[in-house]
Amino acid sequence: MQLEQKSSSYKILILFAHPALQNSRLNKQLIQYARGLEGVTVHDLYETYPDFYIDVKHEQNLLIEHDIIIFHHPLLWFSVPAILREWMDLVLQHMWAYGVTGHALKGKKLFNVVSAGGGEELFQHDGFHGNTMVEFLAPIRQVARVCGMDFLPPFVVHGTRNITPQAIKQHGNDYRNLLLALRDGRLDIAGAKAQQKINANLATLISAVKD
Amino acid sequence: MQGDSFFYTALVYLSAAVVSVPLAKRFGLGSVLGYLIAGFVIGPFGLQLVGEEGQDVMHFAEFGVVMMLFLIGLELRPALLWRLRVPILGMGGLQVMLTTGALTAVAMFFGLPLLMAVAVGMTLSLSSTAIVLQTLNEKGWMKTDAGQNAFAVLLFQDIAVIPMLAILPVLAVADITNLSTVPLAPTSGTWVVGLSGWEQALMVAGVIAAIIGGGMFLMRPFLRYVARTRLRELFTAAALLLVIAISMLMTKVGLSPALGTFVAGVVMANSEYRHELESDIAPFKGLLLGLFFISVGASIDFSLIAQQPGKMAIIVASLIAVKLAVLLIVGSIFRIKSDQNLLFAFSLAQGGEFAFVLLSFAVQNQVVSSEVANPLVGAVAVSMALTPLVLIINEKFLQPFFGVHEKEELIADTIDEENPVIIAGFGRFGSIVGRFLRANGVGVTVLEHDSDRVEVLRKLGLKVFYGDASRHELLHSAGAETAKLLIIAISNQETILPLVRMVKENYPHLTIFTRTEGRTELFELLDEGIEHVYRDTLDTSLRLGTDALISLGFRSFQAHRASKMFRHHDANAMVALRSARYDEKEFISVARQRINDLEQLMLAELRDSQLYGDRGWDVNHVMSEFGNTQQDDKG
Repeated sequence: MQLEQKSSSYKILILFAHPALQNSRLNKQLIQYARGLEGVTVHDLYETYPDFYIDVKHEQNLLIEHDIIIFHHPLLWFSVPAILREWMDLVLQHMWAYGVTGHALKGKKLFNVVSAGGGEELFQHDGFHGNTMVEFLAPIRQVARVCGMDFLPPFVVHGTRNITPQAIKQHGNDYRNLLLALRDGRLDIAGAKAQQKINANLATLISAVKD
Repeated sequence: MQGDSFFYTALVYLSAAVVSVPLAKRFGLGSVLGYLIAGFVIGPFGLQLVGEEGQDVMHFAEFGVVMMLFLIGLELRPALLWRLRVPILGMGGLQVMLTTGALTAVAMFFGLPLLMAVAVGMTLSLSSTAIVLQTLNEKGWMKTDAGQNAFAVLLFQDIAVIPMLAILPVLAVADITNLSTVPLAPTSGTWVVGLSGWEQALMVAGVIAAIIGGGMFLMRPFLRYVARTRLRELFTAAALLLVIAISMLMTKVGLSPALGTFVAGVVMANSEYRHELESDIAPFKGLLLGLFFISVGASIDFSLIAQQPGKMAIIVASLIAVKLAVLLIVGSIFRIKSDQNLLFAFSLAQGGEFAFVLLSFAVQNQVVSSEVANPLVGAVAVSMALTPLVLIINEKFLQPFFGVHEKEELIADTIDEENPVIIAGFGRFGSIVGRFLRANGVGVTVLEHDSDRVEVLRKLGLKVFYGDASRHELLHSAGAETAKLLIIAISNQETILPLVRMVKENYPHLTIFTRTEGRTELFELLDEGIEHVYRDTLDTSLRLGTDALISLGFRSFQAHRASKMFRHHDANAMVALRSARYDEKEFISVARQRINDLEQLMLAELRDSQLYGDRGWDVNHVMSEFGNTQQDDKG
C-alpha cells in the first residue's frame, strides 16, 4: 500500500491464511512469487493475528486501499481456514460492507487462490468429494455478491501432496503473471469468468505487456 | 479497691450482654432490646447487681453515640449530605417545631405552666439517635426511604439541641429582654463563658471551620504519618484520639460532641482512610452503645412506675401517640409512601437520650421542677425501651397490609459504593487487574497497605483505601458482605494463606482469586480449595518465550500454539506433582517424567507435518489408511 500506484493500474491485496506454513509444501513457496511485486500487498493473517485478535479498522482500511482482493489459503475441510472465517465475521460489517449504506467494497474484485491435497479427479460430481472446487467456494461467491463485489473463478492447485518442484515453479510463475496482468489491467476478465479455474488457460487470457 | 470495682462492673455488664443479646436476637427482638433487657435484669429492680453507679456508666457510654455519629459521617460523603438537605431542614425542622408545640399543649392540658410546658415539649420532641439508628441498621432499613428520612430528622435534632440548651435558661428568667445576660452554653468551664452572644457565635463558627479545615488538610498527612509506622494499634489510637479530641473541643465551646464528630466524619468520608477509621472505631462504638443501652435499661425507675402506674402509662402513651401523629403528618406532607411513612413514624416515636441531659439541665436552671422531671425521665426511658417492640409490631402486623415494598427499593438503591469486586493490594499486579476490570465497567473497591502508594494512586484519581485487607473488620467496611469476588493481589506470600482462611470462614460467599509466587504456595492454596490461583510469572515468561521463538523465525501462530500447549501441560503436571509432593524421591521422578513428556510432545508437534496439513485430503492416502491400518506412513 505504500507503493506508488501507476496510472491505470490496480492495487491487489492478498489475504494469506495458512495455519502451519512451516509444514507446507506448496504455499510456502507459492506466496514468495507474490511478495515484492509493486502494487501487490501480501497480508499474512496467521502471522499478524496469532491470537485471532483482528484489528477491524485496519483491515477495512486495507480493503478500501485496494481494488482486487484475494483469499489465498489451503482448502481445509472444504472451506477457508478458521482465521479467514473470523476475518469475514468481523471485518465485513453491516452498513459498511453490505446493507443500505454498505458500499465500501462495491465494484472490487474477489477470488480465491486455493490449494488442495487431493487431485482434481476427486473434485468432480462423480469423484470422492462429489463437488467441484467452484461449488465448494459457493459461500465466498455469495459473500462477494452481497457486498457488491465482482467474483472471479479461483486459482486452484490440486494434489499438493505429491507435487513436484517443477510443478510448484510452474504454478508460481502463473501466479505472478496473473497478479501482474490483474494489476496492469491486461487480463481478459470476461474470458476468465468463463473458466472453472482462472489458471486453466492463463496464457490466452493475458494480453502482452504494452510498452 | 478502685480496680476491683471496675472489673466487677465490667464482669456484670459484659456477662449480661453476652447472655441476653444472643437470646434476644434468636427470638427476633434485635440487639437493642437484648441490651435493654440485660440492663433491666442487672439493675436495681432486677438482680440488683448494679446500683447508682449505673448513671455514671450511662454518661460514659453516651460517648458511643458520639462515635456512632462519626461513623455515620464517614458513610455520608458531602455530596450525599447535600442531597439530604431538604429532608434534614424541612422534615427535621417541621418535626421538631410541630412536636414541641403539640407536646407543650398536652403538658399544659395536664396542668403545667406555659414556660415549663414549653421546656418539656422541646425536650421530648427529640428522638433517640442511638436506638433508632442501631435498630434500622440491624434490620437493613437504613437505605430505605423511611431510614434515610429518619436519619435526616435525627440529624436535625442533634443540631437543634444547641439552640435548646441556649433557650432553656431563658425560660427560667422568663424575660426576653434579659437575653444578653443569659449564658448560651450549658455548663461552666467552657471557653465561651463571659463572652457576648456574637462573640460566642463567632467562636462556634470558628471551631466548626477548624474541624472542617483540619479534616481536609491536616488529618490525612497526620494519618499517613501514623500509618507509615505500620503499627495497627497506633492507627487505632490515632482514630480514638481524633474522635475524643473533637468531642473535647466541641464541649469546650458548648456544642454537641456528636455534631462535631459527625462533621469530621463527613469531611473524612472521601479520604483513603475511611474504611480503616471505620473498622477501628466500630468495635468501640458497638461496645459503648451496648453499654449505653444496658444502662438505660438499668436506669428505668420501676419504683416510680410501681407507685403511679396509671400516671406513668398515660405519660408514656401520650408521648408516643403525639410524636407518632406528628411524624405521620410530617411524612405525608413530604410525600413518603404509606408503608414507609409508618416505619418512619414508628421508628422515631420515642424520647431520646438528649432528654436526660436537657431535663437535668432544666432542673439545674429551675425551669422544670424535679417532681415533673423524674417521671418524665422514666417515661423517656420506657418509650426508648418500647421502640424495638413497637417496630416489631409494625413489621409483623401493620406492614403486611402494604405488601413488602422496601425490598424493591433496597435493590434499586445500591449505588453507594457497593462494588462487586474487592482488590486487596494495588501494586503492579493489582493495579493491572483493577484497571482491566474498571475499563470493563466493573466497580472495584481497592485496599492497599502502603500509605505512600495510596497517596500516589489517589493523586492519579483512583479510589484507593488505606488498610490491611487481612483484617476482618476492614473487609467488612469495604463491603465484603455484598461483594462477589475478592482478588488477592498482595505480594507478601505469608499473608495470603491466613487471609484466604479468614475470608473462607467469614465470607464464604466470596469467590477468591489469588496470585501466588511459587509452587509450594500454589499447592497450599489448592489444598484450601481455592480454584483460581495464578502464578505470578507464568504468563510473562511464556510470552517472552513465545516472542523469542518468533524472533528465531518460528511462525507466530505456531509459537502461540506452543505456548498454549506448554501451559496446559504444565497445569496437568501441577496436579500430578501436587499429589507427589510429600515424597521427595517421587516428586523428583514425577517432575522429571513430566518435563520429559512435555518436550517429547512439543517436538512431536514440531515434526508433525500433518498439523493443518493437506496430506489427509489425498484420498489415495486415506484409502490406503482405511485399507491397511498397520501401514504407518509417517514419512
